[in-house]
Amino acid sequence: MEIPEGYRFSEEHEWAREEEDGSITIGISWHAQDLLGDIVYVELPEEGDSIESGEEFGVLESVKAASDLYAPISGEVIVVNMELEDAPQTINESPFDEGWMMRVRPDDIQEFNDLMDADEYRAFVERG
Amino acid sequence: MSDAQESTDTKSIPLEHRHRELGARMTPFAGYMMPLQYAGIKEEHLAVRNGVGLFDVSHMGEVEFVGPDAIAMIDGLVTNDASKLVDGQAMYAALCNEEGGIIDDVLVYRLAEDHVMVCVNASRRAEDLAHMKANARGDAELRDTSDQYVLLAIQGPRAIDLLKALAPDEADAFEALRYYRARRGVVAGVEMLVSRTGYTGEDGFELYIPVAQAEAVFDATLEAGEDFDLAMCGLGCRDTLRLEARFNLYGQEMDETTNPFEAGLGWTVKLKKKTPFVGQDALKSIKERGLTRKLCGFVLQGKGMIRPGYEIYIGEQRVGEVTSGSWGPTLEESIGLGYIDLEFADAPMVDIQIRKKRVPAQLTSKPFYKRD
Repeated sequence: MEIPEGYRFSEEHEWAREEEDGSITIGISWHAQDLLGDIVYVELPEEGDSIESGEEFGVLESVKAASDLYAPISGEVIVVNMELEDAPQTINESPFDEGWMMRVRPDDIQEFNDLMDADEYRAFVERG
Repeated sequence: MSDAQESTDTKSIPLEHRHRELGARMTPFAGYMMPLQYAGIKEEHLAVRNGVGLFDVSHMGEVEFVGPDAIAMIDGLVTNDASKLVDGQAMYAALCNEEGGIIDDVLVYRLAEDHVMVCVNASRRAEDLAHMKANARGDAELRDTSDQYVLLAIQGPRAIDLLKALAPDEADAFEALRYYRARRGVVAGVEMLVSRTGYTGEDGFELYIPVAQAEAVFDATLEAGEDFDLAMCGLGCRDTLRLEARFNLYGQEMDETTNPFEAGLGWTVKLKKKTPFVGQDALKSIKERGLTRKLCGFVLQGKGMIRPGYEIYIGEQRVGEVTSGSWGPTLEESIGLGYIDLEFADAPMVDIQIRKKRVPAQLTSKPFYKRD
């Protein structure tokens, strides 16, 4: 299981990473993509959309099932990773790098600070 | 994202420990802990299409009829004509209730004049047995022998090569075995029943192995399989393979409210056979009255994935519902099956409601995938 330092995690297995410009990049964890298996389709919001912490913002479809994606923070979507549309398997291959989903301008940075850090997330996953 | 729930109230198949050692991800299915996947559904699926894969499907049940009226007894229970079978021949059939609803879809093997074996779905084993016991007529004993066998399925274009490697003394006989035929033979040193059947749309064999010798056969198969890049396969790719081949799955395309005609199984219903069978009168009147809906296949034309339970539309009218849907790894398309009201079942296109969007799908009457 990969859980890199410097990322923050939600209980729904999304990760968030703070960029130098203060925006937050969002994706799903290695553990999440491993549970899902081969990802074959991804539905993401559009640039300019608002996402709401804890609310659905998209859908991932693996060969076996559809899973909703839940926003780890609230904010405005400023960039979407369009490459995932044609190559959704990138999320399996590189969940923390090339498999990023979108970049968000956060409404309240405290929501980001309240997410789990790598150690807390590891403990959370291991508890089941 | 959200996790799947895992039930704890499950039984074990005999080789469960071997699957866990091999790194299988397990899932509860029809009351058993079963391997869902090993390397991944897509990789396993393609291994079966292009090479050979090994499935443990020991959750399936076996019911045997032994006695002078064995053939007549099963003939009185299933829609297809068991009297036409010869020794060593298998037949697909529906087991229906008095109303013509499908209790289960089964494989009937005539092993001898006085010995029939029926392979049933794990999820229906109890219902099948109760129904068979209540409706069996004649002189034959009916036994649930499910716990006596480990059932392994070797599937794919190289299945024959692997089987020949495991049974060098009888290689010619297995090569000559026809589709839907079975014979007793020695595989990996163990005598067992081997049938040329499967649920993947590929050539393949199903091995009914006595439980006591099953682990030895399993290990020998893995070892011999190294020369053929044998892939361990789970229920995940079994489902995508059967859907591409357009085989029905009990509980999705069929249940007791479904009749064989609308499920595309009219070819298994022999209304004129000599032995009267349970459901015959109801099926006759269903046929005379005509159908109200039909199982259709469709290929998604836009983006998204077809999933069970999605509604099907033509214009603003809801005309049906999806029963199975998935990504087809061989076809690289989203495919599905579902019931559509009869008057719309010949339409070229429908719309499938995928969450908030309607996505067009093309109807097709052919299997999505057919081997060369």
